[in-house]
Amino acid sequence: MTTMTYREAIRQGLREALHDDPRVFLMGEDVGRYGGAFACSRGLLEEFGPERIRDTPLSEDAFMGLGIGAALGGMRPIVEVMTVNFSLLSLDQVVNNAAILRHMSGGQFSVPLVVRMTTGGGRRVASQHSNSFEGWYAHIPGITVVAPATVHDARFMLQSALKEPDPVFIFEHIMLLPEQGAVDESLGPVDLRRAVVRRPGKEVTLITHGGSLGKCLTAARTLAEQGIEAEVIDLRCLRPLDMATILESVAKTHRAVIVDEAWRSGSHAAEISARIMEEGFYSLDAPVARVCSAEVPIPYAPQMEDAALPQPTDIVRTVQEMISSHG
Amino acid sequence: MNRDELKDIILSALIGVAPEADPATLRDNVPLRDQLDLDSMDFLNFIIAIHKRLGLEIAETDYPHFATLSSAISFLESKLSKS
Amino acid sequence: MAEFLMPKLGTDMQEGILVEWLKKPGDAVHRGDLIAEVETDKGTIQVECFTSGVLEQILVPEGSTVPVGTVLAIIKEEGAPPEAIRQPVVAAPAAGQTAAAKPLEAPPLAPTVKPSTVGQRALMSPAARKRARELGVDPESIHGTGRGGAISLEDVEKAAAAKAAVSTAPPATTTASVSEPAARMARIRQAIAAAMSRSKREIPHYYLSTSIDMHSALSWLAEKNAALPVPDRILYATLLIKAVALALRETPELNALWDGQQGVIAKDIHIGVAVSLRQGGLIAPAIHHVDRLSLEELMVKLRDLVQRTRTGALRASEMTDPTFTVTNLGEQGVESVYGIINPPQVAIVGFGSIVQRPWIVDGQIVPRPIITATLAADHRVSDGHRGGLFLRALDRWLQEPAKL
Repeated sequence: MTTMTYREAIRQGLREALHDDPRVFLMGEDVGRYGGAFACSRGLLEEFGPERIRDTPLSEDAFMGLGIGAALGGMRPIVEVMTVNFSLLSLDQVVNNAAILRHMSGGQFSVPLVVRMTTGGGRRVASQHSNSFEGWYAHIPGITVVAPATVHDARFMLQSALKEPDPVFIFEHIMLLPEQGAVDESLGPVDLRRAVVRRPGKEVTLITHGGSLGKCLTAARTLAEQGIEAEVIDLRCLRPLDMATILESVAKTHRAVIVDEAWRSGSHAAEISARIMEEGFYSLDAPVARVCSAEVPIPYAPQMEDAALPQPTDIVRTVQEMISSHG
Repeated sequence: MNRDELKDIILSALIGVAPEADPATLRDNVPLRDQLDLDSMDFLNFIIAIHKRLGLEIAETDYPHFATLSSAISFLESKLSKS
Repeated sequence: MAEFLMPKLGTDMQEGILVEWLKKPGDAVHRGDLIAEVETDKGTIQVECFTSGVLEQILVPEGSTVPVGTVLAIIKEEGAPPEAIRQPVVAAPAAGQTAAAKPLEAPPLAPTVKPSTVGQRALMSPAARKRARELGVDPESIHGTGRGGAISLEDVEKAAAAKAAVSTAPPATTTASVSEPAARMARIRQAIAAAMSRSKREIPHYYLSTSIDMHSALSWLAEKNAALPVPDRILYATLLIKAVALALRETPELNALWDGQQGVIAKDIHIGVAVSLRQGGLIAPAIHHVDRLSLEELMVKLRDLVQRTRTGALRASEMTDPTFTVTNLGEQGVESVYGIINPPQVAIVGFGSIVQRPWIVDGQIVPRPIITATLAADHRVSDGHRGGLFLRALDRWLQEPAKL
C-alpha cells in the first residue's frame, strides 16, 4: 500500500501502460514538452520519446479523429483532451465515428480508443472551463463512460480501459488532481462497470460520482453526528449504469439523493432518478431528490462559484428535509 | 317462412341470451348447450324470445326439440305450417 | 340538509368510482330513487337515496374515484332551509385520469364523515403502500407523519404493530380507475379471492348433505307451467329458493350475520342467489323478503336479477344485504356443491343436478328425480343439529309444493 496524489496515480497508470504495450501512445495538447496542462504526463516524453508522447495542434476534432484512425489501425491510443469543454469540438468524431464504427462496419472494425479529460468546476477558471458534461457522453450508446473518484481508481481504471475493444472515456475531476490517497498495487485490475458502496448506511442512499464523492462523504459524516446513517454509492461508471448496486441500496434505505455537479435539467441525475422509479418504485418511501449545480454559467467569483456548485451543506440539508418530515 | 328465415330468428334469440355466440361457428346438429354456456334461465329467455317473435305457444314438453339448431328449425317449421 | 355518501357495498370495499349521475341538481328525488351509478369491485351498482327532497348540489363529478363515506351530493330535504353552497370535493378529472386528491377544509356539517377521508386518497409513499398491502393495513386508518401528512413506511409498520392483536382486516384490494371489461373482471376476481380467502381462513365450516326426492315438486310445477304462457313459466330453481326461505324461518340461526363476536339473527330473509357471469366470476346479489313472495313474484324477481347481474346494473342494497346464499350448480351436471360461506353470512346451501335414481316408495323401487342439497354453515354460530333441522324442513317444503 502506497500513498500518492490523484495526478501521480494517473501518471503511474500512463507509465505502466506505455511500458507494457508498445501499441500504446499518448496524444494531446501540451502532453509532451510542457508535461501536460495539469502535469499528468510530466517526464513521460523524456522516458518514452516523441514517437509515443505526441504534442498536437489546438484542434480537438483533428486529433480525436487521428486517435480513432490509429485505433482502427491496430494501435492503442490514449487521447488526452484538456477539459470537457474543449472536447465539444471533437464531439462529431465521437458520435459519428468512434461510437458507431463497429455497428457501421457490421462488426468488422472496432475502435479500442481511450480518451481522458478533466471535468468539473471549483478551480476559479470561469464559465468556459468548469462544466461537467460527462452525463452528455453517457447518453451515447457504443462507448463506456467512467469517472475515477479515488486515487486507486485513477491509478487502475486506465489499465482496464485499455483492455476494452470499444471506446472508453475517462473523466478526471479537476479538483481531485492534488488529492492524496492510498493505492494498493496488489489489488490489480479494477472492474470498470461496477458501482461501489464507499460508506454503508441505512437511512438514505447518496448516489454520486467523481468530484462529488468527497462532498457526499463529508455530508455523510455530518449526518452521522445527527444520527442519520447515509449510504454513499460511487457510481464509477456512468455508462453502463450499475443499477443492481443502486437498487439493492435503495431497497434497504428507501430513500435516494443523487448528487451531480452537472445542471439538473436533462441530466444524468435525471436518468438515475427515472431508472430508480422504473425499477425500484415500490422501494421508495420518499420522492428521489437531486443536488445539482445551479442552472447558470459557472461563475468566476469564488463565493459565487461555491454557491453554484453542490456543497456538503446542500446535501445535508436535502437529506434532513427528506427525513425530518417523518416526525 | 323458410328455413333460413327461421334460422335467423333462432340465432338472434340466441345472441340475445349469449352475446358471445358467433353465428358463423355454431353447428346445426350439435346440441346448443354443448356449444354455448346456457343455463336454464338463458334457455327460458331464449324460448321467450322465440315465442314473442313468432307468437307461438311452446309447451315445456316441446323444449327437447330445441336441442340443436336444425331440430329447432324443423320443429318451428312444422308448428307454423299447422297453425 | 342530507348528505348522499359513497356507500360501502361490501365488506371489502374501500372506494368506488362515481360512473354516472342519474339525477341532476334541481331534480326532485324520493327515498328509494336510483340517483347514481357507482363502480366497485363487483361491477356497476345503482345507488338509491334514503331521503326525499331536492338534489341541491353534486360534489363529485363523474369519473372520480373516492373513498367510502365521501359526501357525493347534498340533498335538501323537503321543507328545509337552503344552505351555503359547498366546495366540490373533487375537481373534474382530466380525460382518462382518476381525480387528483385535493385537500378540503373540514365540511361545516359532516357528522357521519371523518374529515380525513373526504374526497382524497391518502398521500402515501410507494414503499408504504406496498407494505400496507402486504400487512393488510387500511391506509385510511394510518396517521401520516411525512411531508404534507404523507404516510411513510414507518407509519405503516407502526400502525400494523398497533393493531397486530386484532388483525382481522381483509387484504386491501388493489384499486383501479379504469372500467373496461378486463379490468372489471380482474376486480371481480380479486373481490372473490379476498372474500373466499377470508371465509376459509376465519370460518370453521361444517357440511351436511341430503338427497331430496323432487318428484312431487317437479310434477306439480310441470302441471302449473302447462297452463302458463311462455313468459310466465316458473323454473324449478324458484321452488328451491322459496323452500330455503321457508326452512330458514324455522332455523333462524342460519339466517344470521357474523358481527365479529357472534352471529346476529337477521330479521328479514334476503336470499343471495349466486349468478355466474358469462365472462367468468360470480356475484350473489339478494332477492329481498323471499319468504313473503309468491312463486310468481319470486320468478319475476329472479329473472330480473339474473339479467341485471349479467348486464352490470345491480342496486346498492341488493349487493350488501343478503342474509343467506343459495348456489345451484346443477346446470353443469355436478351432483353436489360444497359451498364456501360468503362473509358476514353464516351459511350457504348448494344444489346439484336433478338425476333419476332408483328410490323406494311404499316398499317399491321406483325411478325418482333426486337432488342433493348440501349445507355449509359456520360452526361458531350453529351446530350440526340445527343444520340437520334446516335440511329436513327444506325437504318437507319441497314435498308440498302447493304450499310454497
